[in-house]
Amino acid sequence: MSGTREGAPASWEVFLRSRRGLAHQHVGSVRAAGPDAALAAARDLYTRRGEPLSLWVVRSDAVHTASPDERDPYFAGARHKPYRYPEHFAPLTEKGPEGEHHE
Amino acid sequence: MPGRCPVTAPTTAPAVDEGDLLAHFDALVAAGETIEPRDWMPDGYRRMLVRQIAQHAHSEIIGMQPEGAWLTRAPSLHRKSVLIAKVQDEAGHGLYLYSAAETLGVDRAALLDALHRGQQRASATFNHPALTWADTGAIAWLTDGAAVINQAPLCRTSYGPYARAMRRVCQEEAFHVRQGYDLMRALCEGTPEQKAMAQDAVNRWWLPAVALMFGPPDTEAGGADARTAALGAAVSRRAMAWGIKRHTNDELRQRFVDSCVPQAERLGLTLPDPAIRWNEERGHYDFTPIDWDTYREALGDDTHWARQRIAHRRAAHEDGAWVREAAAAYAARTDGTGGEDE
Repeated sequence: MSGTREGAPASWEVFLRSRRGLAHQHVGSVRAAGPDAALAAARDLYTRRGEPLSLWVVRSDAVHTASPDERDPYFAGARHKPYRYPEHFAPLTEKGPEGEHHE
Repeated sequence: MPGRCPVTAPTTAPAVDEGDLLAHFDALVAAGETIEPRDWMPDGYRRMLVRQIAQHAHSEIIGMQPEGAWLTRAPSLHRKSVLIAKVQDEAGHGLYLYSAAETLGVDRAALLDALHRGQQRASATFNHPALTWADTGAIAWLTDGAAVINQAPLCRTSYGPYARAMRRVCQEEAFHVRQGYDLMRALCEGTPEQKAMAQDAVNRWWLPAVALMFGPPDTEAGGADARTAALGAAVSRRAMAWGIKRHTNDELRQRFVDSCVPQAERLGLTLPDPAIRWNEERGHYDFTPIDWDTYREALGDDTHWARQRIAHRRAAHEDGAWVREAAAAYAARTDGTGGEDE
C-alpha cells in the first residue's frame, strides 16, 4: 500500500452487504481522516441506490495480503489436486450430473 | 470450480528475470485475465493507465460544473432532484477513478494538484458553457451518451481496479443518458420556444460530444491526415495490445453517430451536420470528419471557460481546506482509532 503522508487522510477499504443472505463484499476504497468519516464517505459513495444492509470500513494498511506473486510456493498446496473436484470422478447416474437435477 | 485451470502461473520458483515477468504479464493480458495492483507490470503500461485514469477522473469532477450551474435554476422540484442525483454521481465517478489510480502507486492529492496547476487535463468537452436549461439535457443525452459508448468496453479493460470502477460508472451513466433524453423530449413536446431552446443546445453540444469525447482521429477513414492518423493509431495500437482500450477512437465515434441519429429523429431535432446520411454500402451513417487541428486550436487551455473551470475547481478545493483540517484534528483526538498513529 502507498505510504501515508503526514496529515494526509488514510485510505480505507469498503465492504458492503447489499442484500440479506450475502457476505460483505469489497466494493472499493475511500480516503478519510477517521472511521466515522470513512463510514460517511463510504455511505455517500457506495450506497446511493437500493437498500444496503451493512457497511464495513477497514484501514487499507491493516489489510494483510498474500499476492499472486507468492502463488508459488505460498499457494502451491492448491495446485495439482484434481481429485478435490467432483468432476474428477464418474457421475452417479448414466445421465450425468445434469440429469440428477431434472428428475 | 469445474474446469478451472491454473492459467499461466510460473511452475518453478518465482520469476525474477524481467523477460519472464513480461512474458507472464503478456500471457495474462492475452488470456483476457485482469492485471491486479500487486502484479508486475511494464512501466509504460502503468504510465498509460495513470494518465488515462487521471484524465478520466478529472473529467468527471470538472464535468460537474456546467450542469451544476443549473441546480438552483431547475424548472421543477422533480428536475432539480434528478439533476442533483446526476451531478452527485459525477462526483462519485471521480472518486471511484481516483481510488483506482491510487492502486497504481500515485497519490490522489498529487493528481488534484497536477490538475490545478495545469499539468494534467480534463476533457475539453466541459470547457463549454451551459447557456440554457436545455444544455443540461443536451449534455446528458449527448456527452454522457458518448461516454457510455466509450466506457462500456472499458468495463473489460485489462487493469482490474479500473474495470471494476468502470462497471459501477456504466451502471449509473445509463440513468444519466435517459434522464437527459427525457428532459429533451419534454422540451420538444413543449412550446415552440422550448423546442427552439432544445435545438439550440444540440447545435452547440453536438461537436464537443462527437469530437472531444472520443479523442483525435486515429484512422485515415476517420478524416485525419496521414500523419495524425499514424500518430493516433500508434497510441491506440499500444493501448489495445495491452488490453487497456478495445476499439479505435473512430470506431467508437461511428458507433455514437449511428446511435444518435435515430434518437434525434424521434425528438424531431436536427443534428448540426449536413453531411449526416445513411450509407447503405457501409451500413453506417456518414458524417463530416472532425477537423481536429482547427478544433483543438479553438479550444486551447487559454480560453475563458477553460480557465474558469480550473479556477472554480481550485476555489472549491481551497474553500474546503478547513473541513479537511477539522476532520484530521477530530480523528487525531479520538483515541487514535482514526488518526495517524505514531
